[in-house]
Amino acid sequence: MSFGFNSNHLMFLLQGAGWTLVLSLMAFVGGGLVGFLVALCRVSPNRTLRYFSIAYVQLIQGTPLLILMFLTYFGLSILGLTLPAIVAAGLSMTVYVSAYIGEIWRGCIQAVPRTQWEAAECLALSRVQRMRLVVLPQALRIATPPTVGFMVQIVKNTSLASVVGFVELARAGQVVNNSIFEPLIVYMLTAGLYFLLCFPLSWWSRQLEHRLLVTQRIEVSAI
Amino acid sequence: MTIIQLENVHKSFGALKVLDGVSFSVNKGEVFAIIGRSGSGKSTALRCIDRLERIDQGKIQVAGHEVSDPNLDPRQLRRDVGIVFQSYNLFPHLTVAENIALAPRHSKGKTRAEARDLTDRVLAQVGLSDKANNYPEQLSGGQQQRVAIARSLAMEPQVMLFDEVTSALDPQLTAEVLKVMADLAAGGMTMVLVTHEMAFARNVATTTLFMHHGRVWEQGGPEMFDRPQTAELHQFLGFGL
Repeated sequence: MSFGFNSNHLMFLLQGAGWTLVLSLMAFVGGGLVGFLVALCRVSPNRTLRYFSIAYVQLIQGTPLLILMFLTYFGLSILGLTLPAIVAAGLSMTVYVSAYIGEIWRGCIQAVPRTQWEAAECLALSRVQRMRLVVLPQALRIATPPTVGFMVQIVKNTSLASVVGFVELARAGQVVNNSIFEPLIVYMLTAGLYFLLCFPLSWWSRQLEHRLLVTQRIEVSAI
Repeated sequence: MTIIQLENVHKSFGALKVLDGVSFSVNKGEVFAIIGRSGSGKSTALRCIDRLERIDQGKIQVAGHEVSDPNLDPRQLRRDVGIVFQSYNLFPHLTVAENIALAPRHSKGKTRAEARDLTDRVLAQVGLSDKANNYPEQLSGGQQQRVAIARSLAMEPQVMLFDEVTSALDPQLTAEVLKVMADLAAGGMTMVLVTHEMAFARNVATTTLFMHHGRVWEQGGPEMFDRPQTAELHQFLGFGL
């Protein structure tokens, strides 16, 4: 055990956890932006936009994230577009997240009662105004718990970026283990660090969900 | 002066014929009540006036707008026509004042100050000046419905439509909403209301229309309630009162 686990290894893992956070953030911001467009297209009155967005969502949801990573990192380099590992990983995560979060948000937009659209319509608001001023603010409230819950999936799925050589937490664990051959300790620690990243998110999500249920109950009883 | 005119209006939902050649007209300043059984087509007629439903055949003119024209911009129509629904449909994420100021600000382009004055005025009109900063969920059903009326009034419409606005309320809350509507009527607002409140129709409405099987069955002034001409209205009032 002379070359066992030491503080340098821990630092390396923590650094990996930091990169996991960075990649998660890239995925959430990028995926959120694209996903928002996907959600808007999914509820658009324009048939072409609707079909196009359905096709996009189906295509991405029917493809493993791992293969998306291979495609952007190795596939694009064949075409002469060599991306740094973090950019390739961030791009694939963006595409992956957008397809899922777009569908979550579409559901939230559609969960706002039709009567709200109608009331806004009868006040002579345009479609864009109805969406922006009436529907989206209400959808946002509905969307918060599942969105935060989905962030847990994002954090965990960034571990797949290790296959393109990006040294995030999972890859950092592999590297440390390869040098000291203590898989039990190293991977337990890695798992613990993932848990520390994810648990606050899932806890927060549960809190938000609870709060939403409480306010909804008040609204129902008030009617 | 006629402000609403329906001519031979037909409307079906699938195989179900809801409006079967409906014609009537409403004069400016009139309080026009539409009564009838559930499924008689009265709510559909009202919704057609505000173009929430497209008609299959016939002609509708409202405040100078050709509602039956497929090229009509519904926003133009709705700047002149307000509608209040049974379920209030207030925006739950906005305060009472924000609910009211939203459309004048964004649809009529009023300034913030103009919208605030307007909000103060219509809230006073429905007797809820002290609730401006409350959220809808903090109000009773009757108060919410009065806010909904104020919200429509803030658009300064030429015509107000009321679709069974008291059906979800208990008798006391119904009374406070009807009071607001009676005040509006006294103020000269042109109103079309679909209602089950026979006493209100009789006392406030200048004209009452009885619909049956998607048709205008009988129409008249308050005297219609005492001397119904058709067996169907006779029977309806007998059950209704």
